[in-house]
Amino acid sequence: MTAVENRPAAEIGQSRLRKEDAHLLIGRTTWTDNITLPGMLHLAILRSPMAHATITSIDVSAAKQRPGVVAVFTGQDFAETQGSIPCAWPVTPEMVNPGHPSLAVTQVNHVGEAVAVVVARDKYLAQDALEAIDIDYAPLPVVLDMEAALVADTTLVHGHTSSNRSFTWTFESGAAGTGAPIEDTLRDAEVTVRRRFIQQRLIPSFMEPRSTVVSPNGEGVTMWSATQVPHILRTMLALTLNIPEHKVRVIAPDVGGGFGGKLQVTPEEVICTLVARKLGKPVKYTESRSESLMSAHHGRDQIQDITITAKRDGTVTGLDVHLFADMGAYLRLVSPGIPVLGAFMYNSIYKFAGYRFVCEGVFTNKTPTDAYRGAGRPEATFAIERIMDALAGELDMDPMELRRKNWIKHEEFPFTTVCGLTYDSGNYEAATAKALELIGWDELRREQAERRARRDPVQLGLGISTFTEMCGLAPSRVLGSLDYGAGGWENASIRVLATGKVEVVTGASAHGQGHETAWSQIVADQLGVPFDDIEVIHGDTQSSPKGLDTYGSRSLVVGGIAVVKAADKVVEKARAIAAHMLEANPDDLEFAGGSFSVKGSPGSGKTIQEIAFAAFAAHDLPDGMEPSLDSDATFDPENFSFPHGTHLCAIDVDTETGRATIRKYACVDDIGEVINPLIADGQIHGGLAQGIAQALYEEAVYDADGNLTTGTFVDYLLPSASDLPSFLTGRTVSPSTTNPLGVKGVGEAGTIASTPAVVNAVVDALKPWGVQDVQMPCTPERIWRAVAEGVGGAATADRSAEGTVAYGGASTASSDGSGEGEQL
Amino acid sequence: MIPASFEYERPANLDAAVRVLQDGGEDAKVLAGGQSLLPVLRLRLSYPELLVDLGGLAELRGIREDGDAIVIGSMTTHDEVLKSELVRQHAPLLAQATATVGDRQVRHLGTFGGSLSHADPAGDLPTIALTLDAQLHATGPGGPRVIPASEFFLDYLTTALRPGEILTAIRIPKLGAGWSTHYEKFDRVAQAWSIVGVAAAVRRSNGSIAEARVGLTNMGTTPLRASLVEDELSGAAASAATVASASRSVTEGTHAPNDLAGHADYRNHLAQVLTRRAVLAAAGI
Ligand SMILES: Cc1cc2nc3c(=O)[nH]c(=O)nc-3n(C[C@H](O)[C@H](O)[C@H](O)COP(=O)(O)OP(=O)(O)OC[C@H]3O[C@@H](n4cnc5c(N)ncnc54)[C@H](O)[C@@H]3O)c2cc1C
Repeated sequence: MTAVENRPAAEIGQSRLRKEDAHLLIGRTTWTDNITLPGMLHLAILRSPMAHATITSIDVSAAKQRPGVVAVFTGQDFAETQGSIPCAWPVTPEMVNPGHPSLAVTQVNHVGEAVAVVVARDKYLAQDALEAIDIDYAPLPVVLDMEAALVADTTLVHGHTSSNRSFTWTFESGAAGTGAPIEDTLRDAEVTVRRRFIQQRLIPSFMEPRSTVVSPNGEGVTMWSATQVPHILRTMLALTLNIPEHKVRVIAPDVGGGFGGKLQVTPEEVICTLVARKLGKPVKYTESRSESLMSAHHGRDQIQDITITAKRDGTVTGLDVHLFADMGAYLRLVSPGIPVLGAFMYNSIYKFAGYRFVCEGVFTNKTPTDAYRGAGRPEATFAIERIMDALAGELDMDPMELRRKNWIKHEEFPFTTVCGLTYDSGNYEAATAKALELIGWDELRREQAERRARRDPVQLGLGISTFTEMCGLAPSRVLGSLDYGAGGWENASIRVLATGKVEVVTGASAHGQGHETAWSQIVADQLGVPFDDIEVIHGDTQSSPKGLDTYGSRSLVVGGIAVVKAADKVVEKARAIAAHMLEANPDDLEFAGGSFSVKGSPGSGKTIQEIAFAAFAAHDLPDGMEPSLDSDATFDPENFSFPHGTHLCAIDVDTETGRATIRKYACVDDIGEVINPLIADGQIHGGLAQGIAQALYEEAVYDADGNLTTGTFVDYLLPSASDLPSFLTGRTVSPSTTNPLGVKGVGEAGTIASTPAVVNAVVDALKPWGVQDVQMPCTPERIWRAVAEGVGGAATADRSAEGTVAYGGASTASSDGSGEGEQL
Repeated sequence: MIPASFEYERPANLDAAVRVLQDGGEDAKVLAGGQSLLPVLRLRLSYPELLVDLGGLAELRGIREDGDAIVIGSMTTHDEVLKSELVRQHAPLLAQATATVGDRQVRHLGTFGGSLSHADPAGDLPTIALTLDAQLHATGPGGPRVIPASEFFLDYLTTALRPGEILTAIRIPKLGAGWSTHYEKFDRVAQAWSIVGVAAAVRRSNGSIAEARVGLTNMGTTPLRASLVEDELSGAAASAATVASASRSVTEGTHAPNDLAGHADYRNHLAQVLTRRAVLAAAGI
């Protein structure tokens, strides 16, 4: 990494403890729910118990009489003012967006949709008054199954549209000129394997529930919200509610995780704003966990029909992807873009000649879907890594051998894929070799053979995921070409104070990632100031006015580079001042360890702190130079970054009970240069937990009436540390060539890579039974059924009784589900 | 979520508690550790007007030896049960099952008596009480009485406790020499309810199984004893084959639930596998 070489005691690369943690650990936090303003009122939201119904009457008069109630509003009260929850990613010009009221006006389209809001003096009174609201619903038939939803003359989720299809988005390599026509590769295939994979619906399950405080002030508002995206929220709120943007201030105080779930402009945020402005009082709304599970947006929920073609020698030739993506009842901020983000990743690290991707976005009467950690890319990685295993099975080839044969060799970088993306760097051979060694692959294969031979009831399965992802969202021009509503740049500014202390303002709004530490490490090296002399400021549109926030593994790769650029400008100006002070030519100065000195005479120099004071005093600056050492930089990447890695999973499958227990999990990730190994490992570990959770545990289930039956954490199963193995992690470093730090991003890698490694391992364990697939999550019951069904069994048995109507968020026939919600 | 409002009393002794509870009538409920009751209130599945907190009744806490039994106060927490030498010595099955209940926080607040009174068929401890032939002591407006565990669990979340009655203590006969036990709990994550659980207590003598008891969690609306398996095992040879064969009868008389955590046929299968494993482990085969 040239930018920081030769520096004494480099901060970059140190496992610094996170400076933002102390206040969290001792409870001195400012979660939004901790904020109290004078005269603040509390909101409680009544939510629809019906998945699809017309509201025939609402009577709020009794609720208004309840103690402490200040006001009660329904959708009718805001019908003219609430606008529509914005969708910033119209993926095609024809895309149908039916509009998304924050408070339902005449019709409800999913269980959990907001229908009325009580404003009261405290939250308890507000909650009590909800029960006094009287609503009559006229039920409509419920649309749950995506394929059934697309049949002609079926029930429409939105009566004013002509179909439940929101969009069809297509990419085809022949038409795009990036590869062969897909029809040719399909026609000429020597071997063709088709599979249908189900990406079950997931719930992001951030630790801090969503919470919003809004204080009206004059024409505008100040909003505190548990959001990942204060800047986007500000702009979108202004547009949605017709408030001049400069009158809107959004603050994201301490935010307890998001995973994409807080990359949103939520109905609750809009409702708080409407109510605060109507009453002229500050208001607060904090959701309960149950509300969060049913009304915060969900993730995944796709049906993936995948066809891969190959030559008999194992050379892959074509990949044909057809997706049904469940949008849920409405389009939210980037709902349609999520599956489309995966479009360029299905081909992954392999050299395909032809490629096609078709995605149909479908409306159903379920909670809207949107970003969830990985957003489109985990789905893509899952499909390709699963079908590579299926192809290996078909060819009777070792699955790693098949991958080796087809992946891009390290000497072939930069490599332009069949999608037209250029991967700048990588070394799949190196990461794989290291991962195989880390887990002890050959020994495990021997053990597997031995256990198969003696028909051990506990079988060993070995799974592979050699993945890549596109991170660093995103080059603005590329986003423009994909019809995204904004750019992908990031901003940073640096203020060097009179005493030489440094403030770094970043537009990447952290919510648990560790930006304050990492950015301090970067600036410490760039400016040669002590780590502790740096303060990182973020998360308030007033103090960090420019930015596009944190998601898509973009913060370091885009925001961190903006910081470097801003620091470069500081150094440049400091050099001119130093030259003036030292009466030397700027070109004769060298900058190291925070001080400028004349080349060849070290020790003669001026420290950055001395220069900072000189810039502040401004007594003797070069002619025409503005006082201050401050700088501002905006970085727009020219390309994505492409972290990659090899994840390997060894799983014990008890074929009698169906329980799968991960025995060993090893991953070697190539995330380019690493700023803070501790933070990188933390991101990997958390990411693995979430990816493994999709493979084995999590699933949002709806019953045939559209009720979310996994409505509490008793039924929506999240693993904890006790359910996960101790991860074996390693790294290889192929620096990114498209940014000066050589970094690639790490926020989503674990989640994207791990899911197929685990499922491949489960299926591998069941190979003696001829099992070809186990639907996620691979519950003990599904695995047991797979074993029982034997050869060819796809074990799609879902967690539902008879009457199943939908994949991915499968349904049960009725909501009797004895015990559910009561086993507490 | 926020419960509906309720009154709260914390009586200082058992007599007062019985009185307050009686005065509260139908709308009063006992509060023990709150680990089951509070979630029910917060989800607004129940609207009691008065909660009578037993937390102040020292007389309902603690574990003592009483001849051929140990007596556990109903308000003894799971954690106290776990740490008790008496339990470990005379009712290790209870210790083993209690260790699987919830997480550390739950075990520090939840009580043995609360768990039995709540009578969730997915709860582990009712099965243990049933398997160990516990005697449940209760006091109410009609005075104290003793209910055998076999008559205590009537239905889903329903016990033989009468309105106004408080469970005060659980008397567990000591398992004599030759007995050994095992609890086999099957759940999907470490901190979760049993999909199925099987408790086994076995007395071995000279290469055969002299006596066996098998209790089932979540195979019906109450905890159950698998009496057919018990009969088949009693006097049988202590071999893997006999145990496997007897275990197949375990589903006789059960009504496994069909819910998100598992279909009934899967639970029936699990019960057989877990019974075999529990008995083998208990018998040391
Ligand atoms: C996260 C979590 C995980 C859990 N996991 C498990 C598990 O894996 N296995 C398991 O078995 N349990 C589990 N539990 C439940 C736990 O065991 C509870 O402690 C127990 O079910 C209730 O005990 P309690 O003291 O909290 O009773 P409370 O919640 O206070 O009361 C429960 C019910 O019993 C009544 N009651 C309580 N005490 C008496 C009494 N002395 N006399 C008369 N009525 C009484 C109350 O009125 C109420 O109806 C879990 C609980 C939680 C929160």
